[in-house]
Amino acid sequence: MSAWLPIATIAQKVQAGELKASELVEQALQAIASKAQFQAIIVSLDDAAHERAKDIDARIARGENVGRLAGVPFIAKDNFLVFGAETTAASNILKGFTAPYQSTVINKLEAEGAICVAKANLDAFAHGSSTENSDFFTTKNPHDETRVPGGSSGGSAAAVVLELTPFALGSDTGGSIRLPASFCGAVGYKPTYGLVSRSGVVAMASSTDTIGPLARTVDDAALVLDVIAGKDALDSTTIDRDAVSYTDLLGDVKGKKIGVIKEYMGEGLDQGVKACIEAAIEKLKAAGAEITEVSLPSLSAALAVYYIICPAEVSSNLARYDGQRFGFTSSDAESLDESYSKSRAVGFGKEAKRRIMIGTYVLSSGYYDAYYKKAQTVRTKIINEFEAIFAKVDFLLGPVAPMTAFKIGENVDDPLQMYLTDIMTVAVNMVGIPAVSIPAGVSDGLPVGLQLMAAQKADRALLGLAKASEELLV
Amino acid sequence: MTMISPEVRKQYTVTIGIECHTQFKTKTKLFSGANNDAREAAPNTLVNHIDFGLPGGLPVLNQEAVRLAVKAAFALGTTPQKFSKFDRKHYFYPDLPMGYQITQFDEPIILGGEVTIRVDGEEKVVHITRAHMEADAGKSTHPAGKDYSLVDLNRAGTPLLEIVSEPDMHSAAEAKAYAKELWLRMSYADVSYANLYYGNMRFDVNVSVSKTDELGTRTETKNLNSFRSVEKAVDYEVIRQIEQLEAGKPIVQETRGWDDAKQRTFSQRTKEDAHDYRYFPDPDLPPVTLTDEYIAEIKAAMPELPDDYRKKLQACGIDANTVEDILAVPATTKLVARVLEKSGPEHARRVAFWLLQPVSDEGEAEAAEVQASDEQFIALSELVAANKLSSTAAKEVLTELLKTGKDPEAIAAEKNLLQVSDEGEIAKIVSEVLAENAKAAEDVKNGQMKAIGFLVGQVMKRSGGKANPALAQELIKKQLSI
Repeated sequence: MSAWLPIATIAQKVQAGELKASELVEQALQAIASKAQFQAIIVSLDDAAHERAKDIDARIARGENVGRLAGVPFIAKDNFLVFGAETTAASNILKGFTAPYQSTVINKLEAEGAICVAKANLDAFAHGSSTENSDFFTTKNPHDETRVPGGSSGGSAAAVVLELTPFALGSDTGGSIRLPASFCGAVGYKPTYGLVSRSGVVAMASSTDTIGPLARTVDDAALVLDVIAGKDALDSTTIDRDAVSYTDLLGDVKGKKIGVIKEYMGEGLDQGVKACIEAAIEKLKAAGAEITEVSLPSLSAALAVYYIICPAEVSSNLARYDGQRFGFTSSDAESLDESYSKSRAVGFGKEAKRRIMIGTYVLSSGYYDAYYKKAQTVRTKIINEFEAIFAKVDFLLGPVAPMTAFKIGENVDDPLQMYLTDIMTVAVNMVGIPAVSIPAGVSDGLPVGLQLMAAQKADRALLGLAKASEELLV
Repeated sequence: MTMISPEVRKQYTVTIGIECHTQFKTKTKLFSGANNDAREAAPNTLVNHIDFGLPGGLPVLNQEAVRLAVKAAFALGTTPQKFSKFDRKHYFYPDLPMGYQITQFDEPIILGGEVTIRVDGEEKVVHITRAHMEADAGKSTHPAGKDYSLVDLNRAGTPLLEIVSEPDMHSAAEAKAYAKELWLRMSYADVSYANLYYGNMRFDVNVSVSKTDELGTRTETKNLNSFRSVEKAVDYEVIRQIEQLEAGKPIVQETRGWDDAKQRTFSQRTKEDAHDYRYFPDPDLPPVTLTDEYIAEIKAAMPELPDDYRKKLQACGIDANTVEDILAVPATTKLVARVLEKSGPEHARRVAFWLLQPVSDEGEAEAAEVQASDEQFIALSELVAANKLSSTAAKEVLTELLKTGKDPEAIAAEKNLLQVSDEGEIAKIVSEVLAENAKAAEDVKNGQMKAIGFLVGQVMKRSGGKANPALAQELIKKQLSI
């Protein structure tokens, strides 16, 4: 039996006094302690969580309406600033940094009564696909401790599948919510770019960073999205949300036009993964979906484009970690320049440095046109291709990754192989469309995620399809 | 520095371009809600998580800064660009918390424009290349003899407009005149406090000299914060560069600073240590798009600019040089313009000269705290026009008026300054004066009109300064039958 009821039910029971927020927080903290060997968590926020739970219980006792997430414990990826909590982004350079303000998303969740109980592990600064780039430790896959949970929101995905809390927050810059959802067997929702505020989330690549939930069901993910979505005065790239609730889902696949992305189903795709996706396609067809094969020729360039634009923005966004105002400062520097270089040399891990180097290179005078500018041109081409496809089909379908969770250490010495993990997720980020990973079966005992995508701002429709598919695939 | 002869100097053409950083007078910073008025604030008290470069902080464009940039465009004789965007300019320095400055690189809000300057009565147009919005950096200080530097981030994020001129100036006087004209325009457009002491406007001068049609290698002297230092720095650079060239040494393209105590420029960094700023569009900020309606609305509400006031002041019969002196104090200029509107050029001219004061090279002449209303100035002027108050006495009343704001006639009465225009009373004094100064009276009678001034003076003296001098003169002539 599942450790947690559906989120809406938990909140209702807490509000009705049938469940106590304090007990839920205790349950979550005990689960965190008992599943510590998976190393999903960087830090748990016992005192703050207990205090908030006590407050919520007291408010309910006074007859107050606490909100749609009353007493629901959750875990935030450690790149979300939570007031008063250490926020490291799993990096040495931010180790010991306590957040003096809080992200908009956390504010919104708290305003509805949710309680953040812990911060989850990730690849440092969200750079990676396995959590092996965490400067602290690697999270283990809940299904096989010798394997990675995927990344970069690996701690969040593992936490949800280990049932530490009913949901967790992740961020998706090139697949970082969907990939670990696929590897661990969770629902991972990546909203339309700009639908959820980035304010108070450690930036990776600003033009593709997207905040979203990881949960056990589409309903749970939709409820969390409904709470966190919307325009934010602190993030100029946010957009207006739907007037209708994202929980109001029309879960019917009948007559829906779904395009299967040809480029994602061919060479390099693991046979077990392919079998799961094809089985899912058959079930959708049987339920009345109109499935066609579609081709997006520019997809072959998506990964290359991503690994130019993303490091360019990363190199810029990481410039503020200079050892001068907060975070790690080298104590054996003799000059300002030395302070910069030694603080950053020690504080940043290998992958952060690699991306800073690549990003700095592609933005350098003389190389800008050949790399960054060209990549943006190709990005526009990819966007146009997606737009044209969405004029013909309602949704796109494919795997999340070409493989299931790989062994810890298997790809660490081959960054290119590691980057290839993202080959089926990055295009979505380049285009800014919503996408979701839902469990679609198992291959050799390891979960396989089905990726569904929709046009920009079609989040509600996508969640509806995901919910209907979820029911078919279970 | 050795002297170079005027003949040698004449062989060189001097070319000057100026970049001016103007701080906008917005309430909050360009990209954060922190207070923007750092004038008297303790260090690092006007800083929030965005200005401090904390993780997760995102810039949000201050729409008031955009509005001021649009006003500045009109003040620079052009219209704003309907599309502009922000870019990141990267370098590491402790007063730049994010590791990049947010600026407008290739698509600024202002392209083109022109500014007319006046040197020795000659007008000349200086063209504006562009002007862009950007966030100011913090302020670093390096205490002498210490092994640390201090950083104040109050200024970090202050909205700036960097106005870049074409290399259209050819002398230190032109450079100074341009700086002054920009100051006037930004002041009157009401986009900046334009206080040079507080660094609200800072000038970087690019100077080169050449004997040929080809431009010479330029140097950039940065952060000049007075009109005088703009002039002096150009003068110094021109001579230094000519001396270098005359001595057969090349000019090094470099950034220089200005030592105000020693009145000379000094090398700060050469092109070899120039940064690669790695500009790219800031992905946190959507482009700035302005509608025609928005632009038209701001244009319609533009305050009057220096050229508008020049026309008005000149129409009052004030000479061009004095007009410039009046313009240097916007509060006075506006008052004079209101007086002109309400009661005509004669009163306006009189009030203008009353309030005229020496202009310092440091910028705005400190405008005296004016207590009086326009109507009181007009009333005072009317007393003079009606011969009720001598111009000397009017100045005395003015001093009191400015301090107290009391009714001018009441002040004059209190001080016993009102002129006597009672013919009988003055006639009596005149006869006494003529009797006591027979020699002078005789001289006047014999046609030596110079002496009449002396006699009038005596009448004035005897009347305690209250006699109307015109009337006194008339009565002297009458009694002497001339």
